Amino acid sequence: MSEGAKITIVIGALIALVAAMQFASSYAVLLVTQALVFAILAMSLDILLGYTGLPSLGQAAYLGVGAYLTAILTTKFGFGMDASFWVVIALGAALGAVTAAFFGLFAIRASGVYFLMITLALGQVVWGLAYRWNSLTGGDNGINMPGRPEFGIDLADDMTFFYVVFGFFVASLAALYLLVKSPFGRSLVGIRESELRMRILGYNTWLHKYIAFIIAGGFGGLAGVLWAFLNGLVSPEDVILTTSVDALLMVVLGGPGTLVGGAIGAGVVVFLREYLSTVVDWWQYVLGGVYVLTILYLPGGLMGIPERIRQRRTMPAVAERTEEVSASQ
Amino acid sequence: MDAEFWVIQVFNGISYGALLFLLAGGLSLIFGVMRIVNLSHGSYFLLGGYVALTVIWTTGSWALAIPVAALTIAVVGLIMERVFLRPLGFDPLRQVLLTVGFAFLFQQGALDIWGGDSLDISPPEALTESVVIAGIYFPLYRVFMIGVAAAIGVTIWLTMEKTRMGAMVRAAVDDSEMARGVGVDTSKVSMFIFALGAFLAALGGVIGGAFLGVYPGLDFEILPIAFAVVIIGGMGSLGGAAVGSLIVGLADNFGKALFPEISYFTLYAPMVLILALKPTGLFGRE
Repeated sequence: MSEGAKITIVIGALIALVAAMQFASSYAVLLVTQALVFAILAMSLDILLGYTGLPSLGQAAYLGVGAYLTAILTTKFGFGMDASFWVVIALGAALGAVTAAFFGLFAIRASGVYFLMITLALGQVVWGLAYRWNSLTGGDNGINMPGRPEFGIDLADDMTFFYVVFGFFVASLAALYLLVKSPFGRSLVGIRESELRMRILGYNTWLHKYIAFIIAGGFGGLAGVLWAFLNGLVSPEDVILTTSVDALLMVVLGGPGTLVGGAIGAGVVVFLREYLSTVVDWWQYVLGGVYVLTILYLPGGLMGIPERIRQRRTMPAVAERTEEVSASQ
Repeated sequence: MDAEFWVIQVFNGISYGALLFLLAGGLSLIFGVMRIVNLSHGSYFLLGGYVALTVIWTTGSWALAIPVAALTIAVVGLIMERVFLRPLGFDPLRQVLLTVGFAFLFQQGALDIWGGDSLDISPPEALTESVVIAGIYFPLYRVFMIGVAAAIGVTIWLTMEKTRMGAMVRAAVDDSEMARGVGVDTSKVSMFIFALGAFLAALGGVIGGAFLGVYPGLDFEILPIAFAVVIIGGMGSLGGAAVGSLIVGLADNFGKALFPEISYFTLYAPMVLILALKPTGLFGRE
């Protein structure tokens, strides 16, 4: 499929989503809004995991700093409840990026399983502060938001807020798409495929990974601001290890290195966690099952399915042979 | 803050460290031998506590609950390693997601079987008393925890140093490719280590159940702390796990007592620094 056809499909899907929201219940609108917020987080992680090959186990940290910044600014300073909302958005993204710039100094030195461990530890540092620094973060109880901003348009209306989040989602998707198609994005893929070769070609791979880490942190912070206003409560639950692991699953389930895959994965995970959990009390079997089955049977994620079907159809012999090889390994 | 405060805090820190050693000792060996980031390890701890409760409810015997729970969970770990982790090959990310998937499945299973209430494992009467030394009360149960951890630690250490199996494990930690080359069955070593890790975690869950409780969510609460122990001590080193447990146990206790607002920060920030500066941990083997 050509690049143009793919873009057309994505745009069509986005228009269909907005159209469907006109007929959706207010609960469904909230769910989709939440999925879009986490889609931004998942896409930010995809820059690291899918394009650069850095599996971060602490992406919730950036969501957390963005969310806590928003909660503290609005409750302690009454800032961000009018047009200053846009300033909070910028500050949230900036704080996410700055946090990532600091954390990256430690994390980028490590690779492979050590990178997983160090990002896990960094995520826990943020969680520990959120959980214990009572005077600033409200500790275990978290911080209740005073509502959503109003500036000509009233974001307290869920449909209006959906449009705002949708706008940020589309902007993030477009920005990240341009990023991964840029020469810089190509260099990230090069690092993923063979860091040594990139270094021999003269690239400063540390710097490229570091910049990717900061960009991912910035978009994580943006998602955090939106999450704070959407959820109305910012608590240590937002930065626990499970949130970071969920973000990883979103990317791997959707298909790493596709951006859109992360968004689809976010939709699935939010649907399971927020909707299914209200319908049946055994929903965690489904969530756990999705984790296990994705790893065992969907190495390329949902976005990889068409490719696999095509391979099987056009080259059955090759597909069988590769399967035999992978089975014997 | 007088001497009594320090003595009690040090004692509490050491006894908590003893519990952490049971939890993290196996995790460290698993990490050392297989380089697996096992996110189900907290579940083994929790499930150990739950299985022990069932044994206590049906037989009334606390002493019986300890081996039964530990062995049951060892079998669970063994099956997980054989059926799911081994065929996966070496891929840290997929191992993480697979083990976390199992952690969710275990969580739901535990919820269905044992319910959502916070439960307690009450130890035998004899262990609920305190010994008084120089006017300071030391709960006997905490002394017991330290004793168990020390006994287990010495046993494993002797096994590692003196037996053929132990030598194979050490070889696999140091250089698993070379170990395979000289005929060590690293697959069998991995299986043994994984089961041992699950066994120890469940043992910790039973013993810790008396003072941490047994409740949904404990698995993911205790898991990052176990990783802190592993990282600070050094992966694949039993002595490192022991020292790491003591450091984390003491840091946790003093952090909570002295700087409550940043107490977890004082735990995880050193973990970050050690990973950045010396990824093999304070006592890890190069």
